[in-house]
Amino acid sequence: MSSSSRHAGMGNLSLEGAIEGLKKLLIPNDKDEQLNKELETKIEKLISELLGTTPHDCHPVRRILGGFQSFKTTKFEMYPELFSELKEYQTPKFLVFACSDSRVSPSNILDFQPGEAFMFRNIANLVPPFNQLRYSGVGAAIEYAVVHLNVENILVIGHSRCGGIDRLMELPEDGSTANDFIDNWVQIGLPAKAKVKAEFGHLPPDEQKRECEKEVVNLSLTNLQTYPYVRERMARKALALRGGYYDFVEGCFKVWEVKTFITTPIHS
Amino acid sequence: MAVPSPPFSLSKHSLSNPPSFLASNPSLDPSKAPVLRPRNAFGSEANLGGVEQTRLRLWNNLKTNSDLRLQASRELPGLTKELKSDKSERMERIEHGTDLFDEMKQRFLSFKKHKYMQNLELYEKLAKDQAPKFMVIACADSRVCPSSILGFQPGEAFVVRNVANMVPPYENGPSETNAGLEFAVNSLKVENILVIGHSRCGGIHALMSMHDDVETSLIGSWVSVGMNARVRTKAATKLLNFDQQCQHCEKESVNCSLVNLLTYPWVEEKVRNGELAIHGGYYDFVDCAFEKWTLDYKESNPIDKSGKVAVKDRAFWF
Repeated sequence: MSSSSRHAGMGNLSLEGAIEGLKKLLIPNDKDEQLNKELETKIEKLISELLGTTPHDCHPVRRILGGFQSFKTTKFEMYPELFSELKEYQTPKFLVFACSDSRVSPSNILDFQPGEAFMFRNIANLVPPFNQLRYSGVGAAIEYAVVHLNVENILVIGHSRCGGIDRLMELPEDGSTANDFIDNWVQIGLPAKAKVKAEFGHLPPDEQKRECEKEVVNLSLTNLQTYPYVRERMARKALALRGGYYDFVEGCFKVWEVKTFITTPIHS
Repeated sequence: MAVPSPPFSLSKHSLSNPPSFLASNPSLDPSKAPVLRPRNAFGSEANLGGVEQTRLRLWNNLKTNSDLRLQASRELPGLTKELKSDKSERMERIEHGTDLFDEMKQRFLSFKKHKYMQNLELYEKLAKDQAPKFMVIACADSRVCPSSILGFQPGEAFVVRNVANMVPPYENGPSETNAGLEFAVNSLKVENILVIGHSRCGGIHALMSMHDDVETSLIGSWVSVGMNARVRTKAATKLLNFDQQCQHCEKESVNCSLVNLLTYPWVEEKVRNGELAIHGGYYDFVDCAFEKWTLDYKESNPIDKSGKVAVKDRAFWF
């Protein structure tokens, strides 16, 4: 046997041996859930390395090719019935507004699956008030999701360490702007900033920013109600509004509802 | 870092309840307290049963003998049931809307336990700062989330999603999309911009269906950004049916956006200096294929004599 083929033979044996050894591990352990979970995490990491999709291994094209291959084999081909339906139409139950921040994709943190959430992502998850002449991008998303897709829930998600909120809080009082577009966009949040300054102006700037991140969600929820089709559906209880806040510093997620009521007349 | 987790399974606790994210809670009870009140979303542990799914995936990736290959025999969690349900079932689920957010809570807790806590060092680093290599502009369509189809993990991609993944040109003035663009390019200094179009896009359908008179809907106002794509499509596809024309327009609109990206001076400068690459992509969920191309930047004009965008490194994955 030549040295190269002997070497090749030994190489093959060790790969097969490794696979055999791994197969023995892949037997569900009914009694130890914790062990199963740890095993699952380790397997995920191994697959990621095999496909070359670890974040640091990053020729950008190889990264997205690996990601797509993984999606195709682990989701698309595993659930043909679901994806066959999704080809024809989408019936998401959610319209989600989230920040464009790379750390806060709702599909990662809330595990939204294909078909579940119509998702609009912009800086600081802002929703401007209804305006037929401006911000048609946001308006188009709301109109499409509410009127055409008939979503039943709108969820606006804010998050910690938001760069857009940082900029909002640092906007000069004199109205001057330092950039072409960012300032114009984040100034939609000025009412939230005013409220935070009034209530929490005594706090250090960083804590004021944290409060503003949540207040901006409330502002967006309020602005959503200026869209006629949103109001109409809320009135007949076909649409619910909720806010959320993802704090990736503490590792927690809060969610709250919008409820409104008008009192009976105070004076007859 | 783990690849995207397998599709969720219903927790043991919710098996008797309607499938997750399929009910809503539009309850607005006038007798309750007004406005907003926070409610903690923590609770009991999730039992996702994802281990079985993961083992199946590893089997596929190791390419073992066919007699060892397992079939996914578990019932598909919830979503397909919902898609086939009738109206009475939907109404029942609307009344049980809180189940929806219970499921969301379980999913977050699972994310926290299996991703966040398992990668604390990464998340601590991300908590301080983000340094994504990609900016992705994708459609808001529920079927085309870039985190799902391309597996982006936290920290990897700054994502702007709008109707029909459009980038308006510089001269149109401020919008949410170019605010995101400015932040990604000038502050985050991303190295790649990827604009992803997709099949059966409702926004492109609306663009192609528009009448020539004044558009009154917000959808129409927005998708008019892609009018050049519609004009080029109509000219090039006279013999094709409407659906085929729409598919052509879906890709043409991506190219339109790539050209619009170069109307931003700070984008063009970085592309010229080789600091920034601009890519187009097209996700076809009918056949599950992904096409990708890179803008071939030329100082004089990114559009060649025939009116087509100059591209290079075209790849087709299926």
